[in-house]
Amino acid sequence: MQLTNRSKQVSNKEMTLMERAYLPAIATGLAITIKHFFAKKVTIEYPEVKRYLGPVFRGRHILKRDEDGRERCTACGLCAVACPAEAISMVAAEREKGEETLYREEKYAAVYEVNMLRCIFCGLCEEACPKQAVYLRHDEFIPVFTERDQVIWGKDLLVEDMNNRYTREAWTKEEARALDLKRAGGEVTNVVPRAIP
Amino acid sequence: MDLTEFLTKTAVIFAVFALTLVIAMYSTWAERKVAGFIQDRMGPNRAGWGGLLQPLADAGKMFFKEDFIPALANKWLFIAGPSLAMLTALLASAVIPFGSTFRINGHEIALQGVESNIGILYVFGVVALGVYGIMVGGWASNNKFSLLGAIRAASQNISYEVAMGLSLIAILMMSSSLSLGEIVSQQHGGNWNIFYQPLGFIIFITCSFAECNRVPFDLPECETELVGGYHTEYGSMKLGFYLFAEYINMFVSSAIISVLYFGGYNYPGMDWVYSQLTSALGTETGHNIATLIGTAVFFGKALFFIFFYMWVRWTIPRFRYDQLMNLGWKKLIPLAIFNIIITGAAVLFLKPVITAWLN
Ligand code: SF4
Ligand code: SF4
Repeated sequence: MQLTNRSKQVSNKEMTLMERAYLPAIATGLAITIKHFFAKKVTIEYPEVKRYLGPVFRGRHILKRDEDGRERCTACGLCAVACPAEAISMVAAEREKGEETLYREEKYAAVYEVNMLRCIFCGLCEEACPKQAVYLRHDEFIPVFTERDQVIWGKDLLVEDMNNRYTREAWTKEEARALDLKRAGGEVTNVVPRAIP
Repeated sequence: MDLTEFLTKTAVIFAVFALTLVIAMYSTWAERKVAGFIQDRMGPNRAGWGGLLQPLADAGKMFFKEDFIPALANKWLFIAGPSLAMLTALLASAVIPFGSTFRINGHEIALQGVESNIGILYVFGVVALGVYGIMVGGWASNNKFSLLGAIRAASQNISYEVAMGLSLIAILMMSSSLSLGEIVSQQHGGNWNIFYQPLGFIIFITCSFAECNRVPFDLPECETELVGGYHTEYGSMKLGFYLFAEYINMFVSSAIISVLYFGGYNYPGMDWVYSQLTSALGTETGHNIATLIGTAVFFGKALFFIFFYMWVRWTIPRFRYDQLMNLGWKKLIPLAIFNIIITGAAVLFLKPVITAWLN
């Protein structure tokens, strides 16, 4: 019975004199390794050079604002409920008069904290959010912590900067691949980033 | 021996030791670099330019680790083991001829720690003592695994020393001298022993791999795969000494290989270079510069063999222990004896014919 098609016939043939002499085989081996000595190195020197991880990579969180600069989050708590690691906590507050330019809905998160040590970057918060407010950036990681108080990220770190908005060209693997293909074909040279809906 | 002579001798010996240590130190860096390059990666590159401060960083790490001596170990022997390994390795470097002579104000300074007319015997004697470093270390640890590892290592070293000595005899027959300086000067120009002793060279280099406990004969070492060799109980700088001694050994054996088989500081066309330099720069300066070139050539050869050690390390897998013993006793020793017989016959019958024909 054949289980896979990768099986190979085992041969028990005698080694030829050349093979038994051992030294020619060693010389061949040495030739192979020295080729690698001069070959191009595959190492990427990480902290200085970073590899693009693709549009579907889940890095650090961001709380989006809308086009007018208002915070999208309405403190519904769905992300916190969806979070399997219970990393998200928030305190809701009511929007006052005159704050309409700051918050999109009547309720907003006065405090929104993600515990980055607990987070497993599953992206479920992103999926749970009905307001398209929380995203995991595809281009930035959490920096290395050295202090305990750096572990919990509050709104100061999470809420998006309007002067430097976070966009993503492709949202799914399929989209990214289609985009890559178009780029390779020369069809698209510069894609206008799609605004986050 | 007057005072100046004594002082210069001492200075030369210290310089030789210092040089050996520095080369061994940077071999550890080179090893990791070569390993990286052969595996298509960069190797250490953080500490200093291109990772050049890596050996110092390693040494620092070793010094700050806990200096641990097992409760039931024989304390003094436990400390003596690594020192012995280091000492024997270092002592062997004393007789290596790094170059010919320097001339300063009519004084001749030989670039060799000790000009001994039994140099090669001395090297073998001292290198053979290296086994004590291993045995003492393994025994003093009071650990059965270490003891077994030490015995394994010692038996390997001793059996390969036999084949090594036998392969060397052919060289000694050809040069009829035990002095390393004499062996080198006999290989004047491009008249290297490797051309007369290819088989002997292969046996010799194989045995020196085994002597230095390098892959494919690194069974004494491989702490991870074989549950520790003789140094299971060692840590911190004591382990560092053992490992470092290995690198010194590697340099010494590379130097010996280049002296015995590749003419040491000789290179083709050196007579021409010498006459050009002396006529252009005067006898003394020209001579000294020619000596420097020769020394550079010597180091080029020795460093190439260090590189070769590393190159082989990332190519050939380790021998199984019984295969290792088989190779040593059943293949290399008969081959070495065969080589002796052939060389003897050639020296006895062919050489008079050739010399007669040349005259
Ligand atoms: S990515 Fe997952 S673990 Fe992290 S905060 Fe969102 S839901 Fe929680
Ligand atoms: S980020 Fe989204 S899911 Fe979480 S509280 Fe705000 S609106 Fe709700």
